[in-house]
This record gives sequence, C-alpha cells and structure tokens, in this order.
Amino acid sequence: MLQLTNLFKAAFRSILKNRMRSLLTSLGIIIGVSAVIVMVGVGAGSQKQIADQINSLGTNMILIMPSWSRMGGVSRGAGSFNRLKMSDTEAIREQATLVRYVSSIVFSGGQVIAGGKNWNTSIHGVDPDYRQIRSWDLTSGIFFTERDVRTRKKVAILGATVQKELYGDTDPIGDRIRIRNTPFTVIGVLKEKGQDARGQDQDDVILAPSTTVLYRLKGDNFINMIQASAVSLDKIDLAQNELAGILRVEHAIDYGQEDDFMIRNQAEITEMASETSRIMTLLLGAVAAVSLVVGGIGIMNIMLVSVTERTREIGIRMSVGARGSDILSQFLLEAVVLSLTGGIAGILLSAAIAFGLNQWSTVYTVIRPTIVILSFTFSGAVGVFFGFYPARKAARLNPIDALRYE
Amino acid sequence: MKPVIEIHNITKTYHVGEIDVHALNGVDLTVGAGEFVAVMGASGSGKSTLMNLIGCLDEPTSGEYDLDGVRVSSLSRDAYADIRNQKIGFVFQGFNLLPRTSALENVELPLFYDRQKRISDPRKAAQEALERMGLDDRMDHEPNQLSGGQQQRVALARALVNQPSILLADEPTGNLDSRTSVDVMSVFQELNDQGMTILLVTHEKDISHYTRRIVEMKDGRILNDTPVRSRLIAREVLESLKGVEECCN
Repeated sequence: MLQLTNLFKAAFRSILKNRMRSLLTSLGIIIGVSAVIVMVGVGAGSQKQIADQINSLGTNMILIMPSWSRMGGVSRGAGSFNRLKMSDTEAIREQATLVRYVSSIVFSGGQVIAGGKNWNTSIHGVDPDYRQIRSWDLTSGIFFTERDVRTRKKVAILGATVQKELYGDTDPIGDRIRIRNTPFTVIGVLKEKGQDARGQDQDDVILAPSTTVLYRLKGDNFINMIQASAVSLDKIDLAQNELAGILRVEHAIDYGQEDDFMIRNQAEITEMASETSRIMTLLLGAVAAVSLVVGGIGIMNIMLVSVTERTREIGIRMSVGARGSDILSQFLLEAVVLSLTGGIAGILLSAAIAFGLNQWSTVYTVIRPTIVILSFTFSGAVGVFFGFYPARKAARLNPIDALRYE
Repeated sequence: MKPVIEIHNITKTYHVGEIDVHALNGVDLTVGAGEFVAVMGASGSGKSTLMNLIGCLDEPTSGEYDLDGVRVSSLSRDAYADIRNQKIGFVFQGFNLLPRTSALENVELPLFYDRQKRISDPRKAAQEALERMGLDDRMDHEPNQLSGGQQQRVALARALVNQPSILLADEPTGNLDSRTSVDVMSVFQELNDQGMTILLVTHEKDISHYTRRIVEMKDGRILNDTPVRSRLIAREVLESLKGVEECCN
C-alpha cells in the first residue's frame, strides 16, 4: 500500500477539481443523512413529549377502569357493564396501605351559563385528592373539601379556558353559574396546564365534587374511573396488586374468575402510548434510509462517469508505475471521502433543521448521538459499497487501452 | 557493453474477433547500455507493439525478454507496474500529462508510486528534474499554460525523475513543429551523451538521423538494423537555423 496521506491528497485534489460535481454528488448523501437524523429525531421527540405529558398527569399514578363483562364467553365490550361505584373508592381509601391518594372520577359535560355568557365544556366530578394526584394548583380561590363531597355541595372550580371564556379578566370567585340548569358557586380557578398528549385542551374543564356530579348532574350510580397514587414508584406494582385484591373482595369475584375492572399504571400507559410513535419513528427512519441508499447510487453513477472520463489519467498513472490496487484505492477513497464529507454536512444540516424546528415550530425533535454515529457510519459504508464497482473497473483497465483512450 | 534489453524470438498475437493479428513475428533485439536507437517503420509494422512490450505495458505472447538482466516476460501485473516505475521512463507523442495539474506535480507522479522510496525528497527531485529541462520558471504552470515543446520537456522530466535504466519515446516529436522537434532532439542527445539508454519510435526519417542506430521494421519483423553514418547534431542544426533566421529577417 502507498502512504495513506498521499492517497487522501490525491482524492481531495480530484474532488476539489470538480467542485460543482462533487457538491451535487454529495447532495444525495447530505439529504439522506440529514433526513435520517431529523426523521428519527422528530419521532424520538414526540415519544419524549408523550412520556412527559403522561408523567405530568400525575406521579406514580394508577388508573382503574371498568372492564367488559363476559356472559358465557360472550364479551360485551369495554364498559358494557359499569361496575365501579363510589363505595369502591371508599374501600380503597380505608383499606389500601400502599396508596397515598385516591379519587373517583365522574365524567359529564354540558352547557354552562354565567351572567350573559355561556360555554360548552366537560365537567369532571373528582375528590379533593385529585388535586395532589394531578399536582394541579389553583390561581385563586380554594379547592373543595371532603365535607363538600359528602354533602354533595354544588361548588365548581373553573379551568383556565372556561374562566377566560365566561369571565375574561374579572374575578369569578363567589359568582353563581348554572351547569345544565343546576346552580353552582364558583370557589376556585385552576392553573393553566395546556394541551395533553392527544392535543386536547386540559384547561377546558370544570371540576366539581364527585358526588355532586354523579347524583345531581348525571343521576347515575356508577363512576367512570378511579385514579390513585402509589406511595412510591418502586411500590407501584405492589400497590396495583393491593388495589386489585380490594376490588375483587368488594365486587365479590370468586377465585378463578376474571376481574371486572382494568388496572393500569403510568409506566404501562406510557409504554402503550410510545409504542405507536416508536413504530412511526422506525418507519420514518426506514424511508429516510432509502434516500441515503439512493444517494449512494448517485455516487456510483458519478464515479462511473468519472472513471470513463479519466481513463487517460488512469493510463498515465499506470504507465508511471501505479498498480491496479493503487488505482482501486484512489477511486474508492474518492467515493468514501465524497460520502463522508456528505455525511458530515448532513449532520450539520440536520442539527440546523432540528434547531429550527424546536425554535419556530410545534414539532419537537431530539437528536440522539447513536443515530448520528449510525447514519455517519452508514454513509461511509454507502461510499465503500457503491464506490467499489467503479473503482474496480478503473483498476482493471489495460494500461495501453487506457493511454490510447480518447 | 552491458546489454539493457535482450529480446529473443518474441511474438505478439492479438485476437480481433475470429481473426488472429500477428503484430510481432519473432523479433530478436539487443540494446546495450548508452545506446540511442530509433525504431522505424510504417504504421502497422509492429514498432508500437514492440515498444509497449519493451515498456512492460503489455505482455508478449511468446519469447523471452530480459531487462537489466532480469527475465520479465513472465511476471505478474503488479510486477510489471513496479518495473515501469523503477526502470522505465516514458515519453509519448501526446505528452500524456495530467490535465489541471502543475508541472511539478506531474513530474512528482512516478515517485508517488515508488514503493521502495528510493528518493527521500520527491519534491526536490522533481524540481531538479525540471531545472535540468530548463523549466525553472514553469514549475507551477499547468499543461494548458505551456507550449508543446515545454510540455514535452515536462514529460521528459517526469520520465527521468525516477532514474530509469532506459528512456522510451513513442513519436516524441509527432505533435511538434520542426524547430521544436530539433530542440527536443537536442535534449535527447544531451541525455544520451550523459550515458542514458534511449529507444525512440518514429516514422520521420530526419528525426532518426539524430540517433546512433536505426532498426527498421516491417510486418512484425526486423528488416534492417544499421548504425547511423551521417549523424545529425541537434545543437548544430539549431545554430544553423538561427543563422537562417538572422539572414532572412
């Protein structure tokens, strides 16, 4: 082998002699590499966003939802037999040792009238613990108490969006509003939380005592969900088992029979939510990788043209003593240098795009070092793979034919 | 006189489709050190084929070829490349310089491929070779910035930079006007006077008269092999040309 520095010099020299062509050749690699990095970055970003937002739902959260019931092997679908009751929440509150907070959740909704304005929003019936579970602070007023829940008091806490729509800048505390023709007194306003993982406005909500919503607004007996918070993250699985045991007793489920409720903890929910975006990331990355391969074919194309165009040069080099392997390494190195410089430029471009996206758009990207290294290595491999055929073609030329080539 | 080239009964057959073309039909040739030989003949006589074989650009179909006492007629492709690098200097009709590359870099090229690193400072060696050719002030010029004569001098510098055993020139004056041709021939004669073995292929009779020995070829065989009797001295011809110019201007 010749000195590598000399070969590099020769490769760079020939690349610099055809600046425009080299740039256009590298462009395929530049676009390919930056596409891979940005696409995977966007996927990873949305994954992280989803995880963050689920974490913002509460700490060490456990969700209990009614499950479908089976009638002789025939599933009747989720929630077809709603079996969660206020008494379940009470039982958990009294018996559970690994749960710090627990709250019934009752979903309702409807038209809300305050003074001359009205607004359609969702009404969530919750317990005082809900505030801790969601770690949701108030901007003004107070949260309702255990006593308010027991007495089914008609008090309401407005979400930031509802407050804005109904009151604008004025203070709503102490004001009377009508929710589906039932009068409520406003006792607090919630801090703004923004959008959730699905892009819904979390502030477009009114919180009221769970009993009030269940019995006075809905006239129902079953609650939609129970949210609880485990004492710590590492106890979350034990807490989940404990809750299941309490509910099975409450619901008088025999040994061997299926639960009529579903328990999910935060980690599982995060997992499920990020699964889709992980598949999405994979898909985006694969499509971008195809463009990288196309870029490699571009390199092969140009190198083949280059070999033909420089046949005479190859002949001259051979006539002064270049071996076939020298010619091979020169052309191969040229292809690799082209693809690697393209790779570096692609990394810089992707960094700029990621910065731009994070700065000026709602798309959030996370650039992972592994994917940068991987795509850079891949671009080098593309150079070797697609550079080899033209390089070998050059190396196999007959010196006399190459010298006579016009 | 130590022989540099010893060729015995060499043949070369090309296959063009179904037809065999016998470019060389049993050639014997011995060239001693310090000789200056012109190989002459019409096109198709086999002189270029002979030249390519001697230059290790091509392999013979049969026969023996010793260069500098080494049997080269049965070596590998890589070994051929190394012989071209170490023992042979080429000068071509079309100069064959790398385009868009400075004269200095062109001359450095053979040293770039020298695996034995016989010359420790390639740049300096290339500069000296160019200086010998009187191109001190043209080192950074690219081929398209040089005249034909200057380009051929760069090619000569490149051929000599690796200190070859023999200088092979294929129609070196073919692309030059007559005055520049004489000029280039004076360089060849000078080199030969310093002891360089030179083999020159040409079809111009007057050019062959600057050499010391003429080998005439026809149909792949050597027809005549005669020493030059009335040898032309390029420097004297140049003087007389100058005289003609002075009288007529």
